Amino acid sequence: MTPPDPVTLAILKGRLEQIADEMDATLYRSAFNPIIAEARDACHGIYHPSNGDTLVQGTQGLPIFVGAMSFAVRAVIAKVASEDGLDPGDTFLFNDPYAGGTHLNDFRLVRPVFREGRLFCWLASVGHWLDIGGNVPGNFNARATESHQEGVRIPPVKLIRAGRMDQDILDILAANSRVPQSNWGDLNGQLNALDLGQRRLDALLDEYGAATLEGAWSALLDRAEALMRAEIAALPDGTYAFEDFLDNDGITDTPLRIALDMTVEDDVLHLDFSRSAAACAGPLNIARATAIACCYVALKHAFPEVPANAGVLRGVRFTIPETSLLNAEAPRPVGGYTETILRVIGVVFGALAKADPSRATAAPFGTINALSMAGARADGSRFVMFSFFGGGLGGNPEGDGLTHANNPISTATMPPAEILEAAHPVMFTQWALRPDSAGPGRHRGGLGAIYEIEALAPGTTEVFLLGERGRFPPFGVQGGGPAALNRFSWTTDGARWQTPPLASKIVGVELPTGGRLRLETPGGGGWGNPAERDAGAQADDLRHGYVT
Amino acid sequence: MSTIIGVDVGGTFTDLFLFDPASGAFRTAKVPSQRGDEAAGFLQGLATLGDVTAFGAIVHGTTVGTNALLERKGCKLGVITTAGFRDVLEMRRRDRPRAWGLWGNFTPIAERALRREVPERTLADGTIREPVDLDAVRAAAAALLAEGAEAVALIFINSYANPANERAAAAALRAIWPNAHVSVSSEILPEIREFERASTTALNAYLQPKVADYLERLEAALASQHFTGHFHIVQSNGGIMSTARARATPARTALSGPAAGVIAAAAIARAAGFAHVITGDLGGTSFDVSLVVGGETALAAQISVDFGLVIRSPMIEITTIGAGGGSIARVDAGGLLQVGPESAGSRPGPVCYGHGNTRPTLTDANLVLGRINAERPIGGALARLDREAAEAAILAHVGAPLGLDAATAAEAIIRVANARMAGAIRLVSIERGHDPGEFALLPFGGGGALHVGALLRDVGLRAALVPRFPGITSALGCVLADVRHDTTRTLNLDLTGLDAAALGRHLAEAAGATRAVVAEAGLPLTGTESVFELDMHYVGQTHTVAVPLAGAEVTETSIRNAFEAAYGRAFSRLLPGIGVRILGSRVTAIGRRPAFDMAALGPPATGRTTPLEERRVRFEGAWWPTPVYARLDLPAGHVVSGPALLEQPDTTILVEPGLNARTDALGNLILERA
Repeated sequence: MTPPDPVTLAILKGRLEQIADEMDATLYRSAFNPIIAEARDACHGIYHPSNGDTLVQGTQGLPIFVGAMSFAVRAVIAKVASEDGLDPGDTFLFNDPYAGGTHLNDFRLVRPVFREGRLFCWLASVGHWLDIGGNVPGNFNARATESHQEGVRIPPVKLIRAGRMDQDILDILAANSRVPQSNWGDLNGQLNALDLGQRRLDALLDEYGAATLEGAWSALLDRAEALMRAEIAALPDGTYAFEDFLDNDGITDTPLRIALDMTVEDDVLHLDFSRSAAACAGPLNIARATAIACCYVALKHAFPEVPANAGVLRGVRFTIPETSLLNAEAPRPVGGYTETILRVIGVVFGALAKADPSRATAAPFGTINALSMAGARADGSRFVMFSFFGGGLGGNPEGDGLTHANNPISTATMPPAEILEAAHPVMFTQWALRPDSAGPGRHRGGLGAIYEIEALAPGTTEVFLLGERGRFPPFGVQGGGPAALNRFSWTTDGARWQTPPLASKIVGVELPTGGRLRLETPGGGGWGNPAERDAGAQADDLRHGYVT
Repeated sequence: MSTIIGVDVGGTFTDLFLFDPASGAFRTAKVPSQRGDEAAGFLQGLATLGDVTAFGAIVHGTTVGTNALLERKGCKLGVITTAGFRDVLEMRRRDRPRAWGLWGNFTPIAERALRREVPERTLADGTIREPVDLDAVRAAAAALLAEGAEAVALIFINSYANPANERAAAAALRAIWPNAHVSVSSEILPEIREFERASTTALNAYLQPKVADYLERLEAALASQHFTGHFHIVQSNGGIMSTARARATPARTALSGPAAGVIAAAAIARAAGFAHVITGDLGGTSFDVSLVVGGETALAAQISVDFGLVIRSPMIEITTIGAGGGSIARVDAGGLLQVGPESAGSRPGPVCYGHGNTRPTLTDANLVLGRINAERPIGGALARLDREAAEAAILAHVGAPLGLDAATAAEAIIRVANARMAGAIRLVSIERGHDPGEFALLPFGGGGALHVGALLRDVGLRAALVPRFPGITSALGCVLADVRHDTTRTLNLDLTGLDAAALGRHLAEAAGATRAVVAEAGLPLTGTESVFELDMHYVGQTHTVAVPLAGAEVTETSIRNAFEAAYGRAFSRLLPGIGVRILGSRVTAIGRRPAFDMAALGPPATGRTTPLEERRVRFEGAWWPTPVYARLDLPAGHVVSGPALLEQPDTTILVEPGLNARTDALGNLILERA
């Protein structure tokens, strides 16, 4: 396979990314639940026919999926090898986190693209569906001790068989969700995206031919590998250790250690998580696929110039013991994977800061704060409001951290308060910056936020939260201080405010009409000695109430 | 008194175009712009066109708002919001500047100390949960004034659903605010999504003092010269509006200048027989592309001026990529040749300008390949260009790393830059389902004509069309732009069981109201038409599709059919059985302006068709002896076969081997495959 000349390669790279970008946009615009439509918790890409490697990824797709999707495609490849083969027009569906990474809400659709009678590549779409059964509406069950309490698990199945949709599977899906219509809309949005991707890819193949495209993919992977190895080689050889902690597993109030020993040897990076905690009883475990995916995310943030494809990981080796909470097998619960991967990404940043202090970046706020509110509207219909929340990013050599940003695993925006209020019987009484939430430093962290929500439903509104950073704050670097802790509280009578015994995790809080909850999120850690902060910046912080 | 003058104030020059519809006569003028005092160049240019009292109307495409936004030089802004929501502007949509990399920051246009909260609350269904405390509004206004606020934005939560609280507060605020710079969210953008509404309203207020001051200075100067005609501003949607409306809604001028150019490009192409056009404006740092289908420009619903600065208002859709004449070429660590987005701009500019940049740019590559005349640079500011320095830079930064000689490396730079421009063109055409074989590419401004031939082949376009006077395209657009006014309304109606008669009445009323605004402009029109659109979706979706209606008379069935047709165009799968909702309506009145006969710009009947000289120009690995012609001398019907260069004061056109360049009856140059 001859690689195309550099100019054709540059052209094809742009064309392929455009296809993935347009698939993203198609799903955002036609999805039902705001977590996809407004918050963009979704991703699309093109994958290698035989090994599932990520070849091309949309530029807007959710970073954690960028790393995880190749595992999803591999799961389908394994299924095809073991069973009844593959035909043009097939489309697989599944949400099995042990096969494809992440958690049960993330539904993957994987479709083969054929060319001249043979499998040419895979197109895949993943999106976060609002609810897929289980004990907790929205599926973030902080008390789960096995996967079956978190929701319904679907292995790779042929949803569409040679162009014909399997109604039986649709019926099973519909029967196993609190909001089947929302899931049905999102499923169609993902199919819209695959349809469009297939059309665009066919047109590109007509124009350039399969051999040229295959040559381009191979060259793009080589290029990503070369760029990543160059970044690794620029780090001084040595071993850099960093550790942080999760508050608890939602069951027992014991901290869980996430420890990394990162060794740089020439242009190879070895990430060894052997000193991390063993698998836990609660939902803070993650599958090995997820662990690798989030290391990929951390490296991509540290070295943003390196392109997003499978070549990035060729120079990276992993050690993750089979007993680790970073290597969970079924039926260990994994619903809180979002929190664990943020801590893993944090320790990669921490270790890199030691290897290259000139690019040290303090910790971002580091919790997803998956909040569900569920109940019945005045007309009796059921609602599940689900959202993630923002916080501050870490101070860095360039300046203060960004205020009220998304997490590193996400490019997701947040549904506007007006969209959430229009869809659910809730009222935000505060949507504000949280003073004193940022870690101090010469460049301080960005600020976290305060969200206060009043329940308007006529009956009881049930509240569920799966968050972190209630015991261990986002760390500072180069002498910068830590940010504020995450804090959750609620009141049923407007007078007495309560907090969860396990800090940021709770299930089944019952709010009466007029009851309120309040979520106060961490900022980012600080960078550099706070005493060296510019006097004008300090005065501004006080004048604007960022610091009191 | 029927004379109309179009005025385009650009960064370097102010261009004016005078047109007398009675006689069909036109004249142009070009004077230097004065950055920071745009009014001075404006008035100086007018003076060169004659007696101001004789002018019937002046239409202006302005970049004052655009520059104030890009340079963050609006006013000191105060904001008044619902209790609990003053930080919406600073919290944005919880995003970050780039997908990868966690550095970068955001400074809101209204600082936190100048954002005040007042007790009031409206629910999502429009219920007033708590009436607004007007004393608190007055106190907030007084506090903001004491802090030195020059304008104020009023933004209440859910005011799109019921503006009563916001209106009451606006009345109290306007009664005590010392100037007209009060922007109210339910007036500016009565749509759901508080951040987008807040950002648009705040940016509007942020621009109000600057734009109002600019327009007042112009109006005062015109009045002092006894100008009694109409003075209008081009909006970002390509229509024109009164200066009074521009002062109230300056956010609508964010793309005023470029919009005028696109309007003219559409008209020029239509006159030349091309209904479908892609316009391309190649500047120093960027390539801006717009799509015109069937003579109509494509509109975008919103733009991000910068990270976190969103204006949601219909605007001519301009796709910008970082590839311009000053874009820097380099070989990255992975061995791939990159051109842009980093740019040397116009200062220090390309290596060949000799102002200190040593990294090669696209312009340097064009020079090395003989496509630019080193002895007669466009614009007249430089005496000559340094070809040797350009060649050395290309060899050092591109040739050596890739193992290419300077000329081959320069060709590679051009190919990569062309590929990026072609990508932008594909993005607005093929990727939206248009066949490029039906489109002509029309470069305006001076930069693009060197590349149109290559783009025509790369993308498979029908032709490229270089207007006779590319430099005056935007000023001409001011003269041609239709008068336009639109109004949007939130409806929130279920389609099933719809009171279609009531909706029809609302649409008809909106049509009447918008037509009245168009009529108020007082410009001669050949007719006024109304365009009706509904924003609709399946119940449960949050985004909408725009559904065009044939007219104000509607039935449930006609709307359903229109929705399914529009949805089917956008997505592959309809969702039968799921309810359909009408979120809002958009009614636009378009007052059509009298046509300008492009023949007035036409070429001479006879003229010099022999080359001025011959230069060596590089194409596809070989140096070709290439004749150079004086473009403006070529008579109608004359065909030049590539390779050839056509020079004129404001642009150079490259005709590649295998292309023919024909001068049409209107003086346009049409490039086609031979």
